Amino acid sequence: MSTFTPEQKVKLARFPGRPGTADYIANLFTDFFEQRGDRQCRDDSSVLGGIARFHGRPVTVVGHRKGRTLQEKLKYNFGMPGPEGYRKAQRLMKQAEKFGRPIITFIDTPGAYPGKEAEERGQGEAIAQSLALMSSLTVPIIAIVTGEGNSGGALALGVANRVLMLEHAVYSVLSPEGFASILWKDSSRSGEACAVMKLTAQDLRRIGVVQGVLREPEGGAHTDPEAVYRTVDAALVKELNALSRLDGKALVQQRYQLFRAMGNNLPPARKEVI
Amino acid sequence: MRLFFKRRRDKIQTQQVVWEEQLTSIRPVTCSVCKGESPASEWHMGGQVCPRCGWHAPIGAYYRLSLILDPGSFRELDADLLPADPLDFPGYQNKLTRTETATGMQEAAVSAVGEIDGNRAVFAVLDSSFLMGSMGTAVGEKITRATEYAEKKKLPLVIFAASGGARMQEGILSLMQMAKTASAIQRFQSAGGLYISCLTHPTTGGVTASFASLGDIMLAEPGALIGFAGPRVIEQTIHEKLPAGFQRAEYLLEHGFLDQVVPRSQLRGVLCQLLALHGKGGR
Repeated sequence: MSTFTPEQKVKLARFPGRPGTADYIANLFTDFFEQRGDRQCRDDSSVLGGIARFHGRPVTVVGHRKGRTLQEKLKYNFGMPGPEGYRKAQRLMKQAEKFGRPIITFIDTPGAYPGKEAEERGQGEAIAQSLALMSSLTVPIIAIVTGEGNSGGALALGVANRVLMLEHAVYSVLSPEGFASILWKDSSRSGEACAVMKLTAQDLRRIGVVQGVLREPEGGAHTDPEAVYRTVDAALVKELNALSRLDGKALVQQRYQLFRAMGNNLPPARKEVI
Repeated sequence: MRLFFKRRRDKIQTQQVVWEEQLTSIRPVTCSVCKGESPASEWHMGGQVCPRCGWHAPIGAYYRLSLILDPGSFRELDADLLPADPLDFPGYQNKLTRTETATGMQEAAVSAVGEIDGNRAVFAVLDSSFLMGSMGTAVGEKITRATEYAEKKKLPLVIFAASGGARMQEGILSLMQMAKTASAIQRFQSAGGLYISCLTHPTTGGVTASFASLGDIMLAEPGALIGFAGPRVIEQTIHEKLPAGFQRAEYLLEHGFLDQVVPRSQLRGVLCQLLALHGKGGR
């Protein structure tokens, strides 16, 4: 295990050289056919998705796309989807269910885009529908947090049967900056926020929010991407094999129970004194 | 358990005494929107709606239920559910204790079984006076349990949302309540249950992006701020001023995200109509 602090992990998780969704698709899958558009309004390219083969088996793959160069980042809106991105993801996932394809999602986003048009077209509604839809699908879903997973914008691809996380990825209710800004009215205290938010893969494994932590090479995923692809590939094979033994109903039930159990460890009722 | 109900009943009765006092009070109350002053009695008569400008001021969960339920039909669910501090967040436990002392509530949500004109339903109400109605693990659990209860008893579900979003102090587990509540609602709806969601001021963040947006019927109170990102965050992101009325209930209605905007005075009537139209729902 490495000795990075949570704050260092946030930096590492955001490092542009870190493998992103497009890299995982290119290196783990074959025959990738990109599907674009939400069929209602436009194509949001901050969500990348389509059909591909994983070890010969057709799957649907969806993920946030950040881009590496400035031009790419602008084009993909820094990996911050609007409602159209989530509606595209929903469309792809419904199709996956129709054709019996397992779904694999890659989570790596600073959060859903807080823009005027995004609100106008129902950012909250789109995310809510994604959560509800994913909870109901009768095919296996595996989510992998590869970089930073912030807020509902990340969770909208994360209602899975198994949620895995790379060793130095982070997953949290909000970006540390937003968190510090809400709680302490001071976004510059993000370092302090990192320390108390419990956003590392190790913490989340302990809390039960993620079911597996995938080892990264010494120094982080960007130092040896090939090794990371091998690790992720092996983990996906293992999880897919296990989930493929369950039928549709059992998959929905398992997913429901997984999230149903999160945070229901509440204190016992107080003794009343009247 | 029984003691809890008794305590709650006592509390409601005490509140009723307070409200009755307000009926005759001429103490001026200033509207936070139009800054106009009106006597407390007038505010009270209108269910805390500004008599001058019609601003629907946020109201407490118990008061909300008293405005819409048949007298005597209220039975609280999960009243003994207490908040947790799952991440050992510095200062959170103290904050909860202080808020409980200040509000008399243990959490930001109240759920109950009740009747509107004899139509039985399960109700859940968020209370913005308790840490901005934010959703942590206990709130998520309460909403989920209310939904599961409605499914089990084949009753319709009515939720009044009012929330700043996910509760920061419970971190990732607050985020997971979005998945948990949305899953429960999805399951309830696919079993044929009727879910009426009423959005009140303000409904934002993780609550908007989960159970609150999933109603079969979507209602909102006039003037309520409803959105995913808050207006301040959006202005900082896009570096421009937002137009007047942005993210207000009327704006959402225009953009197709609500069935109707219903004034507080008509809510009970509208809910009664909807419950009667659906009967047991598709079950």
